[in-house]
Amino acid sequence: MRPFEAPALMISFPELILAVLAMILLMLAVVGQKENYRLISRLGVFALIVIATLLFKSNPETGTSFGGMFITDSFAIYMKMLVAIGSAVSLMMAGKSLEREKIDRVEYPVLILFSTLGMMLMISANDLISLYVSLELQSFPLYVLAAIQRDSTRSTEAGLKYFVLGSLSSGLLLYGASLIYGFTGATGFEPIAQALHGQTAVSLGIVTGMVLMICGMAFKVSAVPFHMWAPDVYEGAPAPVTAFFAIAPKVAAIALLARVLMGPFGDMIGLWQQVIIAISIASMVLGGVAAVTQTNIKRLLAYSSIGHMGYALIGLAAANRVGIQGIVIYMTLYMLMSIGVFCLVLMMKRRDKVVEGISDLSGLAKQQPMLALAMSIMMFSMAGIPPLAGFFGKLFIFQAAVSAGLYTLAVTGVLTSVVAAYYYLRIIKVMYFEDAAAGIDKSEDTGLNLILIAASLAVVLFIVLPAPILNGAAEAALSLVQ
Amino acid sequence: MITFPILSLMTFLPLLGALLIMTVRGDEESVAANARSVALVTSLLTFAVSVYMYMGFDQSSADFQMVEKYDWLPGFNIAYKMGVDGISVFFILLSTLLTPICILASWESIQKRIREYMIAFLLLETMMLGMFAALDLVLFYVFFEGVLLPMFVIIGVWGGQRRVYAAFKFFLYTLLGSVLMLIAILALYHQFGTTDIPSLMQMDVPQALQRWVFLAFLASFAVKVPMWPVHTWLPDAHVEAPTAGSVILAGVLLKMGGYGFLRLSLPILPQASEYFIPLIFSLSVIAVIYTSLVALAQEDMKKLIAYSSVAHMGFVTLGIFTLTTQGLQGAMFQMLSHGVVAAALFLCVGVVYDRLHTREIRRYGGLVKNMPRYATVFMIFMLASVGLPGTSGFVGEFLVLLGAYQVHTLATFLAATGVVLGAAYMLYLYKRVVFGELIKADVKAMPDINLREMAIFAPLLALVFWMGIYPSSFLNPMAPALEKVIARYNDANGINPQGEMQP
Repeated sequence: MRPFEAPALMISFPELILAVLAMILLMLAVVGQKENYRLISRLGVFALIVIATLLFKSNPETGTSFGGMFITDSFAIYMKMLVAIGSAVSLMMAGKSLEREKIDRVEYPVLILFSTLGMMLMISANDLISLYVSLELQSFPLYVLAAIQRDSTRSTEAGLKYFVLGSLSSGLLLYGASLIYGFTGATGFEPIAQALHGQTAVSLGIVTGMVLMICGMAFKVSAVPFHMWAPDVYEGAPAPVTAFFAIAPKVAAIALLARVLMGPFGDMIGLWQQVIIAISIASMVLGGVAAVTQTNIKRLLAYSSIGHMGYALIGLAAANRVGIQGIVIYMTLYMLMSIGVFCLVLMMKRRDKVVEGISDLSGLAKQQPMLALAMSIMMFSMAGIPPLAGFFGKLFIFQAAVSAGLYTLAVTGVLTSVVAAYYYLRIIKVMYFEDAAAGIDKSEDTGLNLILIAASLAVVLFIVLPAPILNGAAEAALSLVQ
Repeated sequence: MITFPILSLMTFLPLLGALLIMTVRGDEESVAANARSVALVTSLLTFAVSVYMYMGFDQSSADFQMVEKYDWLPGFNIAYKMGVDGISVFFILLSTLLTPICILASWESIQKRIREYMIAFLLLETMMLGMFAALDLVLFYVFFEGVLLPMFVIIGVWGGQRRVYAAFKFFLYTLLGSVLMLIAILALYHQFGTTDIPSLMQMDVPQALQRWVFLAFLASFAVKVPMWPVHTWLPDAHVEAPTAGSVILAGVLLKMGGYGFLRLSLPILPQASEYFIPLIFSLSVIAVIYTSLVALAQEDMKKLIAYSSVAHMGFVTLGIFTLTTQGLQGAMFQMLSHGVVAAALFLCVGVVYDRLHTREIRRYGGLVKNMPRYATVFMIFMLASVGLPGTSGFVGEFLVLLGAYQVHTLATFLAATGVVLGAAYMLYLYKRVVFGELIKADVKAMPDINLREMAIFAPLLALVFWMGIYPSSFLNPMAPALEKVIARYNDANGINPQGEMQP
């Protein structure tokens, strides 16, 4: 029997703390006399900020624990920080909207904490078993969250759809993992990498297993052709939940995909690179073209996020250090922009009724110039127009593609970004070039306003001070790809 | 010598003004008044700074001057680097001169959302100046694309009837061209590990890569110039943009393409430039003749001038790719002259548009009787556009044709027909608008140009004559930098200055 190693446990300290805190909050929620959503939510935000700080302070050296099932390195720490901050911010954003929609249940923050815990474990997974368990820990709270508005058909439908398709993808992933185990005899990432190292003829079982695993994970990042759930779930789920979906889980899923492909399957790059290129191109094209005709802003953002995942996958297709660095930068900036955009989506109400049509924004520039300005900044940034932050995300991603000689991918990427620019501009057009319709209410939610201001400033000022994110990303990439 | 970072100061001064305008609070009228005056003062200050910069500029040097360099993207060897030489310094002066003129020209004609309008113009000025001063490809690209944001808003919000269509067409067309340039920049970066423009000018780029990069740059610059057949966004954008938008579009934004050729394509890709000369010549000649003919048939004043811009820019690209001293100087001069003259012509259209709210040529006629001062001003700029000796237009066209004649006689002959056609469509326009019977009642009621409008035209008039009568004060400072471009081109292609191939 393995002796108990206290120091090795230390490297998973943030996760342990989060698990304990989440359970304490669950207890508080259950034991409390009446539902006290605000208190639990605030404590949840506090817990996540504590976790983020812990991660920031933690030792960036690579190390494993739990018998090699759990790994921590700069990459994991950086991505986990993103996830923790993203979850904290989306929990903060949710506050008032949930109360207004009468879905301010105590389960909400608790579920978000558990899902975040799953994401963090996912990023640190170093074994097929911990990969699967963490993936499910991440997914189940999400299924429940999508359906949290129990009285709404759309919400429950979204939850059910997400659950059925999510289970299917989990099944694919599990089947792939079992094939890998069957053909290599190992579940740990390092033993698998060793078993595959130097193999000239890779057996069909391993290839099938790998492709199935990619399919399962592609579902989680909502890359084409596993994207079908995204538009429906984004549209059906309550807006705060959609915001959370867009902000945190994708970061974790991309991180997991990167770790699995660069780690155990690193030697089989020739086999998976083509798959990732195909997925990436399909996502960029579909994300660009399908969004053009959307009239619902949440649906549009779903397609936009599919497109963005396509760009992020370019970095993975490049399969080098620059590529991973590109992904890390891209996901950071994407998260930032999603936060900003969803702040606006949460603000879209008319006489206290939620509205979701793009046309509802018409004339916003006249009624609420600052809000329209913030939204335009986000849209231009998402379209990748300099000098805003989104441009730099694309810059480093395309640089990775060029450095790996993937010119076709890079050119497809920039061309679809022009198509995508069209629909982002369309929103600006509605706000600025059209005359006022009924308009939307002025936001009374100070927290939301502050988050939006902070996100806008960050997007605008990234160009002035890019160093912290670039350095962090460089370090993260170095730990994943030597 | 100027020791402080004057280029950054000049570039970001308008941005500062824009931030200041953003903070203005109060009732609508006072906000508008404050926004106008802050914008005018800022742009005049910027102009003063740029003139001061020019006084410290060493005219005999071909090197980049007043260079500033700061770390920017750590780990990528991409820096914030600014500097000017004899080529960029004139474009900077042109931009800083036209911006206050644009703001003055919008003083009364823009009546809604004045604050946003002024912010957009100041932002635009920052982007333009940054682009001309940037000495790093990525920085260059940031400013080059950044121009799209304010321009999109200017056309889309304050434009005419089909403004949304025009704004989208403008934005997507130019974006499509520039994203390809981005890939080319990254390819160069991947090859040499730097995006520093002066260092890249020393590098030997492999032949195959050169051609691809050249085509990608061409995609971007050709749209901006614009060259035939990717010019179709220009008439739409010009027609729909507000007067000041057209002025800045014709005056500065079109020059970004020509500047790109001079700054990037020729020195970094000399062999590819030689390889593609026939293509550029053909496109230029087609542009000159075809768009001149199209201009003849226009019923809309702004559209006519827009097409004439394409024709004039055809001379520019022709001149640049002659790679002779006269050709390059002519192209530069033509760009500056067109910057002043086309801007002035759009202002002339703006004057009558403000009074009658139509751009249709048929609706006017006989203006010489009730607007004599206007008729005189319009005539001078019209003749400058035609290329009358003594005005700025003549010098540019003459030098270009002189340069082209040494290289390709047929191209010169065909391009020269453009001069004749140019005279035809401009004189025809002038005849229809200014001469004839003054019979329409609404035209009769139009007052002559006022003091503010005179103040706008005065500096442009002075420039047109100054450039036409004493061109040396412009040609001499730009000569060393242009010679350097030619020397680099000849060097790389093994041509000795007599134009004979070395063994």
